[in-house]
Amino acid sequence: MPLRPSRANVGRRQAANHLFTVLAILSTVLVIAPLFAILVYLLFQGVRSLNLAFFTHLPRPVGEPGGGMANSIVGSGIILGLASLLGIPVGIGAGIYLHEYGGGKTLANAIRFTADVLNGVPSIVMGIAAYSLIVVPQKHFSAFAAGVALAIMMVPTVTRTTEEMLATVPNAVREAALGLGIPKWRTVITVSLKTASPGIITGCMLAFARVAGETAPLLFTAFGNQFWPTSLNEPIAALPLQIFVYAVSPYDEWHRLAWAGALVLIVMIMVSVTLVRVVAGRGMLKGGH
Amino acid sequence: MTTQHSEMEEARAASEIRRFLMQRGSGAVADRTFAALMLGCALSIFAIVALILGILILRSRLSLHEFGFSFFLRSDWDPVRGSFGAVPFIWGTLASAFLALLIAVPLALGVAIFINEMCPRALRTPIAFLTELLAAIPSVVYGLWAIFVLVPIMRRSIGPFLKKFFGWTGLFHGPNFGIGLLTASIILAIMVLPVISSIARDVMKAVPNTQREGVLALGATRWEMVRIGVLRNARIGIVGAVILGLGRALGETMAVTMVIGNHAAIPKSLFAPAYTLASVIANEFTEATGDLYLSALIEIGLALFLVTIVVNAIARLLVFMVTRGNTARAV
Repeated sequence: MPLRPSRANVGRRQAANHLFTVLAILSTVLVIAPLFAILVYLLFQGVRSLNLAFFTHLPRPVGEPGGGMANSIVGSGIILGLASLLGIPVGIGAGIYLHEYGGGKTLANAIRFTADVLNGVPSIVMGIAAYSLIVVPQKHFSAFAAGVALAIMMVPTVTRTTEEMLATVPNAVREAALGLGIPKWRTVITVSLKTASPGIITGCMLAFARVAGETAPLLFTAFGNQFWPTSLNEPIAALPLQIFVYAVSPYDEWHRLAWAGALVLIVMIMVSVTLVRVVAGRGMLKGGH
Repeated sequence: MTTQHSEMEEARAASEIRRFLMQRGSGAVADRTFAALMLGCALSIFAIVALILGILILRSRLSLHEFGFSFFLRSDWDPVRGSFGAVPFIWGTLASAFLALLIAVPLALGVAIFINEMCPRALRTPIAFLTELLAAIPSVVYGLWAIFVLVPIMRRSIGPFLKKFFGWTGLFHGPNFGIGLLTASIILAIMVLPVISSIARDVMKAVPNTQREGVLALGATRWEMVRIGVLRNARIGIVGAVILGLGRALGETMAVTMVIGNHAAIPKSLFAPAYTLASVIANEFTEATGDLYLSALIEIGLALFLVTIVVNAIARLLVFMVTRGNTARAV
């Protein structure tokens, strides 16, 4: 092998380098293009179809113009509230165990691994599980079953972010609290958890945003409803579910409503994700490694 | 003398603190209760997995008894005659997931490399944010967009184009309705892209800078630096990221259901309508008449559950081997 670089060789390598640069930029453009294509089209269709009735009226039967998704918005709120109420405390508790008590133990590693794996289980499977566990014994669809299905999906995300955020709290802070004679449980709650709270809230919002758009688990738990929700023990309308039903229907009027619903849903999700970015960007206690 | 005095005083002070603490009672009970509670929360994750597995086996036992393993080898799906086989759905799921990865993996790696290795610092965060926004769009919205935008494009432009120039491959014969395997794979690719690229980025970030500097110092171009210094070191983790994307693609339901055509037969061409494991559940579950039908659908769910668990477990292990737990976030 001659050590002197041949001119042709250098040329080929530089050409490969340029080609690769162009390809990487091209793929970035190709990835971001659908995002804009979707958002712009959604904005265009959604804004055209949105009106006040959408937020205040119940759905109308086919053929009657107008109508809205007011009950679906309320229904989604109820289901998501229930899911957060059930899923977030369990997730935070598990996260606390993993970081503050588990340490490097085998059990903690196994739980961490299981949480990651559970995170990848398809949402439709959660739907069937909630159906089999709750809907079948009760013999009717219910908001409660939907809440449980979504809560199960929230747990792993909340657990892992809680653990990661607790890891950013410097040990010196914990030691200072323990050194003052504060019991461990109190240290965990008032010192570790409080210091990590912006990050943990971020995690909870991300988990919330993730399940907010889920449709598959609601198909056979919430089932959908044309009327206002009156109890947790009956079928309930939900925004993603209603979008799905209207999208696959053959009626133009319903397509219009589906676009409006999709816009409302996505604005809800984007706002929470962006909000989370802003909140997480500041106020975090840095350092400690 | 004075030191002795102060020592005595210190001892008395300490005992006062001690007495005060004793008065407040021991924290041990509260401490143990709290620790047990947190352990309970953590163990509930095991319980959830066990519960899902248990209930799915319980509710699908009718179909498990009736067909046994042959359920996954039979290709007829005929609810009227009570004959159920999952082959068309397995085929549709694998084909759509494979095609989606074929499209998504090069793009995802390109994005990950661009963001991590080439991008100006000022652009890094916005581009990373945009790709993550792609993950925040709900499945049903992708489906809606696909029905009204992607399907017409496939029918009018891309489909005829593919047929004209790649018809000789035999992959594109048959009528082109716009909906079908290829359309579903494209929308699936868009959906798994952010998953693959964000994990690939984490993995590449875990490669130490000394590796890059070492390769550059030998006179490598940037592409050679990425290929030799980064990709070669991170390859196991990148495979993990791809498998994680596969797990996502296998279980994706709504968008696929809305554009794949939902026809329980093995597709003969990329334009042909197909059916996936997840979409047959979504479509037929609430309409299933008869216990055997329902239990066959639940068995499909069970299969999906087990497959995604295994796929995800393998992927997580591979990613962990590279990053050693130093991932930036849980995805």
